[in-house]
Amino acid sequence: MQVDLRKIHKSFGAVHANNDISLTIPAGTIQGILGENGAGKSTLMKILSGFQGADRGEIWLDGRLAKIDSPQASGRLGIGMLHQDPLDVPAMRVLDNFLLGRSGGLRPRRREARAQLAELCGAFGFSLDPDAYVETLTVGERQQLELLRLLWLGARVLILDEPTTGISALQKDALFASLRKLKEEGRTIIFVSHKLEEVESLCDRAAVLRRGRLVGETVPPYSTDRLVEMMFGRVVSLGSRLEAPPGEPVLEVEDVIVEDRRMSVGPATVRVARQEVIGLAGMEGSGQQLFLRACAGLIRPVHGRIRLGGNDVLGRSYHHFLGRGVAFMPAARLEEGLIPGLDLAEHFALTLPDPGFTIQRQAAQTRAAAQIESFRVKGTPETPVEDLSGGNQQRALLGLLRENLSLLLLEHPTRGLDIESVVWIWDKLKERCRQGTAIIFVSSDLDEVRNYSDRIHVFFGGRVSPSLPAATTTVGQLGQLIGGKGWPDSPRRDRGGVRGVGR
Amino acid sequence: MRTGVLGGVGLRVGAIFLALAFTTGVLLLADAPPLEAYRQIVIGSIGSVKKITDVLVAWVPLVLVTSGLLITFAAGLWNIGIEGQITLGAIFTTGALRLALGSDVPPALAIAVAILAGIVGGALWALLAGLLKAYGGVNEIFGGLGLNFVAVALNVWLIFGPWGRPGVASMSGTEPFPDSFSLPALADLRLSPWAVVLAIGGFALVYFLLKGTYFGLRLKAVGKNPRAAFVLGVPTVRYMLLAFILCGGLGGAAGAVQVTAVYHRLIPAISSGYGYLGLMVAMLVNYQPTWVPVVAFFFAALNIGSIQLPIVLKLDSSLAGVLQGALVLFVLGVEGLRRRRPVVKATE
Repeated sequence: MQVDLRKIHKSFGAVHANNDISLTIPAGTIQGILGENGAGKSTLMKILSGFQGADRGEIWLDGRLAKIDSPQASGRLGIGMLHQDPLDVPAMRVLDNFLLGRSGGLRPRRREARAQLAELCGAFGFSLDPDAYVETLTVGERQQLELLRLLWLGARVLILDEPTTGISALQKDALFASLRKLKEEGRTIIFVSHKLEEVESLCDRAAVLRRGRLVGETVPPYSTDRLVEMMFGRVVSLGSRLEAPPGEPVLEVEDVIVEDRRMSVGPATVRVARQEVIGLAGMEGSGQQLFLRACAGLIRPVHGRIRLGGNDVLGRSYHHFLGRGVAFMPAARLEEGLIPGLDLAEHFALTLPDPGFTIQRQAAQTRAAAQIESFRVKGTPETPVEDLSGGNQQRALLGLLRENLSLLLLEHPTRGLDIESVVWIWDKLKERCRQGTAIIFVSSDLDEVRNYSDRIHVFFGGRVSPSLPAATTTVGQLGQLIGGKGWPDSPRRDRGGVRGVGR
Repeated sequence: MRTGVLGGVGLRVGAIFLALAFTTGVLLLADAPPLEAYRQIVIGSIGSVKKITDVLVAWVPLVLVTSGLLITFAAGLWNIGIEGQITLGAIFTTGALRLALGSDVPPALAIAVAILAGIVGGALWALLAGLLKAYGGVNEIFGGLGLNFVAVALNVWLIFGPWGRPGVASMSGTEPFPDSFSLPALADLRLSPWAVVLAIGGFALVYFLLKGTYFGLRLKAVGKNPRAAFVLGVPTVRYMLLAFILCGGLGGAAGAVQVTAVYHRLIPAISSGYGYLGLMVAMLVNYQPTWVPVVAFFFAALNIGSIQLPIVLKLDSSLAGVLQGALVLFVLGVEGLRRRRPVVKATE
């Protein structure tokens, strides 16, 4: 089925997530969609699959205008989406999950479904036990189940959102083989990814989104440099790093491995000294945020050593880290950073150093007013934080950071801010560095990472590069590493990571 | 929750009228004269000084319980277990008094210690629900509900077993304590001024904690966004447990008052449903302390005023419950509808 997106627009508040996107995907092709985080890939796919409505624009399927206002509607039209987190019911058996979403009939036709599941499994070389509980399956197997289910429901357009996150190399090969087979059958595959290598090896065409716009389409043979440039853009003039001689070490992380349910990050060896700025680059979800949280004491690493100012702090609580002058600023402002329902003055009261028993409303008010002024927050001490715009919430968060910190850990410190604000915020942060604070920050903005870091670590799929000097590393080199190119084949055996790359 | 003050008040008044209309409908269905029923409730509650003091007898535990619930609500917790906490407070108080009965402790001291014991009992029972939530992953609603049943069973077992009346243990409760072991009441009335002082003290404490202290502010932060509160440096688990302890303590105080000032013994239904009633009052005042004394008085008046309905009008006294329930449902319903009215603002 040919998919025709015409002039799609979608805005969230002031953010234009999809800005006039037109894209034609012929039947029987694998279309790659590339772009960094926040480029608008997911929004576009959610619009196509009915999870979100577009503000403007049309979707045509096989030359007919389609009205897609719900996931059910897109399903009826033959569009199926494979989500990053499989949409299945883990507490149910494979066969029951397979039957879900099938309409008609009071009693599920189990025997028929069982036969068809077996047949589909055979056709694609998957081995799924229909009686196993889904929670015992690997992510890759759950994905296979979801894929078969969508095909069984009659999907003619398949959308895969970052499908290779969390599956094994073997499963990835099986998945790619199946996708090629489906293409032969004339189905349309849309493959959303940030991994250059996968797009290059699998896709017949690639479209690149950047900041909500479609910046280009290419066909093989692909030029990696060209793709990187389209994804990240050219260097914008930002400020510069402090270039201060590093002082004594503040944080020493050695051979640390951090794990959560989805991934294992590391081993990572990162050191940061007084006045130094370390940038952590990589696509979102490559492990840099997990690593940063381990540095803050929010997650306990499964392996390695962490020293703060020379003292071993591995396994100590987050509040112990706070007591040692560490501060952590999360990216999810309204989820983890601020407290909806409280106003700005109350936030400043909460973070006043050494408060007594009763609230010094006056002191909090004064500090709030001063920081609002100093950080140019558009609001008053009485403004509830949820009424602030995203950029102003970001400024408020920065204003809430305590003075005299030894280590500042920042997730996306300037996300959602315009370029002048970025420069100005970094001037404030550099001021802190001058006073001896060390900074580690995560950003998906390569320019920010390159301009303000002294050294950079790149994260890719949980792997951590050794430190790269920011001054001599080019956007191209970073972009390749971020896209998964140029890493040695067996990083786990080499504890040092990817020594020697990017130089 | 931020709206024009007038709009909010107007809606609430509207909701009260709706609740009255609903109750009137129920009365008409039951073939009862609505106006006469309401008149009886008014006369039965504020018709005389004696009646008003009777209302205050019910007001005291209700204010204590509601004040406690404001603390747990501030921390984002649904302390359904409050009924059990009242019961445990009553049990601890009774236990302390029984111990004192056999000794030569002066009664005044015995009563003070017994009330403290009640506070401790309620706090411990609440702490149990808190620990189950913090370390056992048991939602406080389920934990509290379970503990309520355990508390009732424990109470009944004590009344029929170890603490049973000599001779035949019965539903009428344990052997009444001598007058000297009760909080002194006003002459010829059931109301004890000491109980009123306790209620006002409890309410004032909660008002001060929530409005004027860092403790209250942190509690609110934990309630509104535990994740962010933690990142900002608030020890969330400790605050959650403290909220349970405080609320349970106030619930326990209510139980202590029930024993020392109202029933002078332990009875099976010692909590008198004040826990659930307190939840309703807390919802009705939008979880803010200011209006608690007034709304609690209104609810207590409905309870007391409806007592004579069966005698005068052959109506069941549960009419008060119908009106109270309808009131809460309509106020919450109207509030919910107002919030659903589309606020034109793009989500991020």
